[in-house]
Amino acid sequence: MADTYARLELRDISKRFPGVLANDNVSLTVMPGEIHALLGENGAGKSTLVKMIYGIMAPDSGQILWDGQAVRIQNPKAARKLGIGMVFQHFSLFEAMTVLENIALGLDTKVSRAALEVEILKVMNTYGLTLDPKRIVSTLSVGERQRIEIVRALLLNPKLLIMDEPTSVLTPQEVGQLFETLRKLAAQGCSILYISHKLHEIIALCETATILRGGKLIATCDPRKETPRKLAEMMIGANLKEISKVAGRTFGDVKFAVRNLTLPKIGDFGTALNEIEFEVKAGEIFGIAGVAGNGQNELLEALGGEVLAHSNDAISIAGAGVGKCGPTERRAFGLGAVPEERNGHAAVSDFSLQDNAVLTARNRMNMVSAQLIDPSASNAFSQKVIMSFGVKAQGTKATAGSLSGGNLQKYIMGREILQNPVVLVVSQPTWGVDAGAAAAIRQAIVDLAAKGSAMVIISQDLDELLELCDTLSVINLGKLSKPLKVGEVSVEEIGLLMGGIHGEVQHAH
Amino acid sequence: MRIKLEKRAEPSRFMLFATPVAAVVFTILIGAVLFDALGYDGLGTVKEIFFTPILASYKWQDVATKAAPLILIALGLSLGNQAKVWNIGAEGQYIAGALAGALVAYLTPGVASHWIIIPMVIAGVLGGAAWAAIPAFLKTKLNVNEVLTSLMLVYVALQLLSYLVTGPWKDPNGHNFPQTAPFTDAQLLPHSIAGTFIPPGLVIAFVLMLAFWLVVSRSVYGFQVRVVGAAPSAARYAGFSANGTVWSTLLISGGMAGLAGILEATSQLGQLNLGFPSNYGFTAIIVSFLGRLHPVGVFIAGIVLAITYVGGQVAQTTVHVPSASGGIFQALMLFLILAGDVLVRYRLVLK
Repeated sequence: MADTYARLELRDISKRFPGVLANDNVSLTVMPGEIHALLGENGAGKSTLVKMIYGIMAPDSGQILWDGQAVRIQNPKAARKLGIGMVFQHFSLFEAMTVLENIALGLDTKVSRAALEVEILKVMNTYGLTLDPKRIVSTLSVGERQRIEIVRALLLNPKLLIMDEPTSVLTPQEVGQLFETLRKLAAQGCSILYISHKLHEIIALCETATILRGGKLIATCDPRKETPRKLAEMMIGANLKEISKVAGRTFGDVKFAVRNLTLPKIGDFGTALNEIEFEVKAGEIFGIAGVAGNGQNELLEALGGEVLAHSNDAISIAGAGVGKCGPTERRAFGLGAVPEERNGHAAVSDFSLQDNAVLTARNRMNMVSAQLIDPSASNAFSQKVIMSFGVKAQGTKATAGSLSGGNLQKYIMGREILQNPVVLVVSQPTWGVDAGAAAAIRQAIVDLAAKGSAMVIISQDLDELLELCDTLSVINLGKLSKPLKVGEVSVEEIGLLMGGIHGEVQHAH
Repeated sequence: MRIKLEKRAEPSRFMLFATPVAAVVFTILIGAVLFDALGYDGLGTVKEIFFTPILASYKWQDVATKAAPLILIALGLSLGNQAKVWNIGAEGQYIAGALAGALVAYLTPGVASHWIIIPMVIAGVLGGAAWAAIPAFLKTKLNVNEVLTSLMLVYVALQLLSYLVTGPWKDPNGHNFPQTAPFTDAQLLPHSIAGTFIPPGLVIAFVLMLAFWLVVSRSVYGFQVRVVGAAPSAARYAGFSANGTVWSTLLISGGMAGLAGILEATSQLGQLNLGFPSNYGFTAIIVSFLGRLHPVGVFIAGIVLAITYVGGQVAQTTVHVPSASGGIFQALMLFLILAGDVLVRYRLVLK
């Protein structure tokens, strides 16, 4: 009987990259119909492992068995032929084309339009996926775009579906829908390899979890029998630090106020900002939740001064209107900003950490006199950031690109925090950052607020916002909801706002 | 066995310095083989092009004279190249600078004071900058690629020069040759600093090299230029204007080319004619990359390329290679530098 064999078995897989052993004798077994979690921090080797299963790269040593047969998967096409489908974290879709056209482009064999449309509708009906094949991709939400990728994978009748961090861009409701689909698939015998670092999702969905750390297999366990805390500790290999936040804090004066900030969209696929209004008091942490692509980047750039407002009053720092000031002037007023993209936006990858300190701290930290940069001042400040924030780097001359994501983010956060900003706006403070660094960054945010700075945190990670923030708004299609008090608002309400259902919040539950 | 390229964790500093030197060495080797295969004396060609100008002291003045404009232009281009603003039209700005300086001379034939040279040089700088302002305007206002516009303006400048020296500015006593009237004594700079072989342009180039060095390595503006080139989004985040950088680097590189043009006209030619453009503006692009966009490197690279200019002429008469051979060596060198660049970020591994 075929079912006596594991659907997929990896035996002692190793893969080495220059300077790093990405996978070190990793073994795992996925049975037919099993939902199997692959859990680990960024850089633990999850992606590398999955890329070898999907034929994107070949293992240096070890064996891959498919239905009990040893196989060599040369390329993704070969993987798809075996029955392996994959939904990537980053979608590969043409924005200007329809759903149907996008799916047709990704197929290995030629199928007529009409036949394909029938197939697509059949797959969607079977798994309860709703999507109009004639819609243009650029008009779809991120959750809908993900459905295209899922349908594309399901059309091949896969026996194994690999999902790479699928929920990072979804609202809580969309996550629920996705889980329904995955459970249905599994019930029909399709195995699912589910990559994530979100522990409660894994506990809710998966029967088995393989935990990787530093390229090594740490444990295989049943996540339903573990606590999130235990899983997290296996994942990071250390005790998890709780964030200490003083309860019952009181806030000072309004330090940051945004009034009727409206900006047209830039480019075909940008998002316009529509009458954004909020204010943040000294010591307050204000969160902005929302699904990616709803204007978060545009808002960060507008708040940081990269894009100017139409009037000075639109944005004010401690009472001073700065809407028409550029980033340099706004920093002089005490604004700090950390954009989501570290490499190439918040930092220059090819520059040393010292030069990256000059990027935003040159004036506030007195590194410039008579238009000349004082290298000893930038070096000292850079050194201070590295020391205070425990950045693992080979000194201030190391390039930003040589640091891991978590270390670079700590450096960037440290660079802004040590300038004692009156207001600090941060987008995705812990995106792609390992759990240890994430905890340190969150603690630093709380500490800075405790010292009286007004904080604005833009994040897609709702758990993070609920943990950190005092007040929360949701951004949807460039419009910001009314502020909600954290602790008084339910996750369901926030989820509905994230999905763009504004009026129905009151009677949603 | 297979040779593979593997990305380095950090760009190699050793390769940064080694590849330009290797490019020169390989140019010499490949050039020797190439010219041998074409039936010329390959080794002789290489010797004449690369070594005669160094070994024969009477060639030094020639080398220094050719190096001056190359270095001046390449200093400006290197600044723009760091910001990834690609000014390919320095040749046109060089001509425009000379024309603007000559206009001052043309309007002031009666002034006997040597001080007239100052407004002439200033006009030269402004003329070059004005020519470069056209691509800057088109780039910042209409997003037109500066590579195309600056290059096309070279040919406009050539036509303008040709029109002026054959038309309104033609020397009435010039036996109908396409040239302007000679500059008056007051309007001339000496060929070389008295008692040396050093032309005044090279002294100015040296001083400006030091100034550029300071600006590039220490000033906020130099930092801005590097950030704009390396990461445009980070530049905006840091409060540096991309359009401002396009304008300033084009105006500076145009001004430097204009300066080279008017110095060449007043210290070497003494007039303008159809032979005035000598491709310095194009060769300076090679100088800029061979010198790794660094002012000191540019100074050295300018001398190396000047040697090939002078050596190319020597080789024509001694080993009878075609006049294009100097250009072939220069082009070979540019290709090898650009090809060698890959080794800064990648290493070769044998598998």
